[in-house]
Amino acid sequence: MPVSKRLNAGATIGYMELFGHTDYDFLGKKWPFIILSLILTAAGLVSLGLRGGPRYGIDFRGGALVTVTFAQRPPVDKVRAALSGKLPQVEVQEQYGKPNDIIGTDVQEGAARQTIIDSLAAAFGQPANGKYNVNSGGVDALAEHLRDPLQAASVPTTDQSLHDLAKNIIDYRTSHSGLIRNLDELSSVAGVTPQVLNVLKQATYPESFAVIGTEVVGPKIGAELQRKAILAVLYALGGMLVYIAFRFEWIYGAAAVIAVFHDTIITLGLFSLFNKEISLTVVAALLTLVGYSMNDTIVTFDRIRENLKILRREAMEPLVNRSVNQTLSRTVLTSGLTLLTALALFLFGGQVLNGFSFALVCGIIVGTYSSVFVASPILIFWHNFLEGRKGPAGIAPVAPKPSATKPGTTPAGSTPGSARRGTAKVK
Amino acid sequence: MKRNIKIKAGIIVAVILICIYGIVGVPKSKDELIANWRKNIRLGLDLRGGTQLVMEVQLQDAFKAFADTTIERLKDELKKDNIDYSDMTRNEPATLQDADKIEVDIKGVPLAKSSALRSAISESYGEWNLLAVNSTDYKLTMKPTEALKLKHDTMTQTMGTIERKINGLGLAESSVQPTGRSDAEADLLIQLPGVDDSAHVKQVLQTQAVLEWDEVKDGPFQSKEEALSKHGGIMPLNTKLVPSLPRGGQQAWYLVGRSPIVRGTDIRDAHASQGEVGRWETNFVLSQDAAKRFARYTEANIGNRAAIVVDGQVISAPTIQSRISDSGRITGAATQEEAADLGLNLRAGSLPASMVILEERTVGPSLGADSIKEGFRAGTAGLIAVIGFMLFYYRRSGINATLALVLNAVILIAALSYFDATLTLPGIAGVILTIGMAVDSNVLIFERIREELRTGKAVVAAVDAGFSKAFLTIIDTHVTTVVSCAFLFIFGTGPVKGFAVTLVIGLIANLFTAVFVSKTIFDFELSGKQQVTALSI
Repeated sequence: MPVSKRLNAGATIGYMELFGHTDYDFLGKKWPFIILSLILTAAGLVSLGLRGGPRYGIDFRGGALVTVTFAQRPPVDKVRAALSGKLPQVEVQEQYGKPNDIIGTDVQEGAARQTIIDSLAAAFGQPANGKYNVNSGGVDALAEHLRDPLQAASVPTTDQSLHDLAKNIIDYRTSHSGLIRNLDELSSVAGVTPQVLNVLKQATYPESFAVIGTEVVGPKIGAELQRKAILAVLYALGGMLVYIAFRFEWIYGAAAVIAVFHDTIITLGLFSLFNKEISLTVVAALLTLVGYSMNDTIVTFDRIRENLKILRREAMEPLVNRSVNQTLSRTVLTSGLTLLTALALFLFGGQVLNGFSFALVCGIIVGTYSSVFVASPILIFWHNFLEGRKGPAGIAPVAPKPSATKPGTTPAGSTPGSARRGTAKVK
Repeated sequence: MKRNIKIKAGIIVAVILICIYGIVGVPKSKDELIANWRKNIRLGLDLRGGTQLVMEVQLQDAFKAFADTTIERLKDELKKDNIDYSDMTRNEPATLQDADKIEVDIKGVPLAKSSALRSAISESYGEWNLLAVNSTDYKLTMKPTEALKLKHDTMTQTMGTIERKINGLGLAESSVQPTGRSDAEADLLIQLPGVDDSAHVKQVLQTQAVLEWDEVKDGPFQSKEEALSKHGGIMPLNTKLVPSLPRGGQQAWYLVGRSPIVRGTDIRDAHASQGEVGRWETNFVLSQDAAKRFARYTEANIGNRAAIVVDGQVISAPTIQSRISDSGRITGAATQEEAADLGLNLRAGSLPASMVILEERTVGPSLGADSIKEGFRAGTAGLIAVIGFMLFYYRRSGINATLALVLNAVILIAALSYFDATLTLPGIAGVILTIGMAVDSNVLIFERIREELRTGKAVVAAVDAGFSKAFLTIIDTHVTTVVSCAFLFIFGTGPVKGFAVTLVIGLIANLFTAVFVSKTIFDFELSGKQQVTALSI
């Protein structure tokens, strides 16, 4: 809602606010949230455990993935039936909103592609009658198959005109989702005269499906990538720890890294719960999240550090709570805006990026939540732990670096009273 | 103050011009604009369609071949020097990792000849170390530096041969390069834009094209067993059994001489042509040296048969009709393609080692076009949502953020063009994500300014304070994302690397646009007025 305020300096500011001056007692109510986190983490881990680890895509476990587009998509169980017995471990997945099926198998050889093509042709294909399938191969192959029939029909051709004709036909096919449904469609293509169309009909036929993508990954690459993906995530977390420890204090780094690790585990758990595959791009998304989830945490930590400088008399828990409230609107706004783009990718980005954007959407939401309910409480726990150990003298262990206060020394602001308040809440 | 703004505005305009030049050059027409755009923004295989192969060079083949040559030469030399030995064999490294564990065992050298053997090895076989196993047996192992050199040479030679093969197939814009991963030195990344049915290309690439003309001692036989039983179950000395190329389900076996008359490396040129009765055949021309040897051999063996063996399979076994010197032909091809491929492979030269396909990704052009369409749609939706929100929530300052955002995207695309980076589908995702992350900085700054205004600061002071206080936070948040992208870049492959690069460039550009450009726009807006009392934020 728009708010207009008259401020004492005489400046008028009119603005819209999502959160005005909030004073939620986030940290007072931290336990339900921490328990929720633990439950989510446990659910993710249990799901991962029951399914025997994450469901790796063929990038990691090796195998073949063939994307087939159909003129008229047959029911998915018919496709499955056509392939069963021909290849081990066949999975058929319908692509939403498109007449495409993605067929996966554990066979780690290019030959799987041919097997799939042959089986589909036998089940759903057109009779070839010795003709060439215009929905296969590229420009050169088509040109070769048209050369003799065109000459036989005494259509005047040169190498160049033949190549151009083939290229026009293939371009037409490309712009129509990789499939020519009926040869008569081609009459609109440049160079296809009625005479040429006749030759096309005699020498070629349009198969009712076409392979538009293939991925084959051998076992060696898969195992190597798996190891590297895990290493990359761990190194990235280590990098964060070092950087934040350097910019703040080590406990801030530890808190932030625990929060991000929590995000990663929950996101992985959600992948497992929704039975989604972990592909290379999903790992890329997870790594991006490792960096991005940090952002909210840093914004909050920055404010805590700043407040520690200004509000020396304030106890740790109210101070953290105040900092979280002060940064709440920007935490929600920044995450919300990035979430908008991640959602756009999830909704419109297509099948290839589906896992990637799903990871981003989950991770951004969980990451925002964890910066408030995981990272900040850890700071307080640590503070209380140190206080408990050092006795009632009280300390502010996470004082800002610029003030050269080190954990274990006693800044003026911390009173025994604050220590009592800090510990009283933790039961 | 005013001059300061002019300088800053000048810098910004210069950056915009440099970026636009990088993206579209100086177009004189709409067509040229589109052509320049296409030229400068290189699309990855996953967007334009094509095949990407990762092949592993079986380096152990090259080491075995090197050991074989050494054995051959050494046997001759020891005979010449009157050094006796009972046996000389090499071991059989099975995997790539064991390639440099190649060894040659020399057995039964009389004690008296020990020093002669040592000096012979050290004089002309500097690649090897000679170790004494006992008083009469020795072992040659390869020196580590020489093993490295052999590996390197094998990879260079393989890449050269593959390049010639690809060029021979007429595949424009293809590339062969090491994958660049430190623990996968034998892996090659082969990119073939426009190839969406890779079966033929793979066959050509994997053909090692080691051609030999061998002396046929006996055959053909129906089976290995038949050949063996005819010779009393033992292979005659210095011979080997070679199968023929299976045609129509039939395979024959030939007993041929162990050392070839002519090797594939001796070939100068090879082409397919149509012979008499319209059958396809491959003609080749031998190098001068080989031609002399060949002429001598064929002259002496008229009426005998010679086997043409390619990659361990007999293609044909013609009877020698007359003396042949520098040219010959290989008949027996079933199709024009088969003859042409053989010519191409012989021309390109033989591969020093066989290759195994580790990974193959093919994207058809229609799938790539779909991905571009979807990426564009998602980007537009994200951009509209973000800009819409910023304008709605921050009013006039939202325009400021929008300008910064658009400039951010322009700089990102220009940087991709200047760095010759390739735009992949994950790269597009990186661009879209950058849009979302870029406004984060604006939000941090704007919220800070609001907060400063709330404490009662004057507008100009609040803007200055907002920018300076948010700056360090922005640096921190950017560094963490860059750090994780760095690991993504180090450990990632292909398209994922593209994503990391895009995101990092986007974030760096963001520092410039969200901090420098945005501040300048504020300064410009505020400088015109005598006393600023209101800010639409």
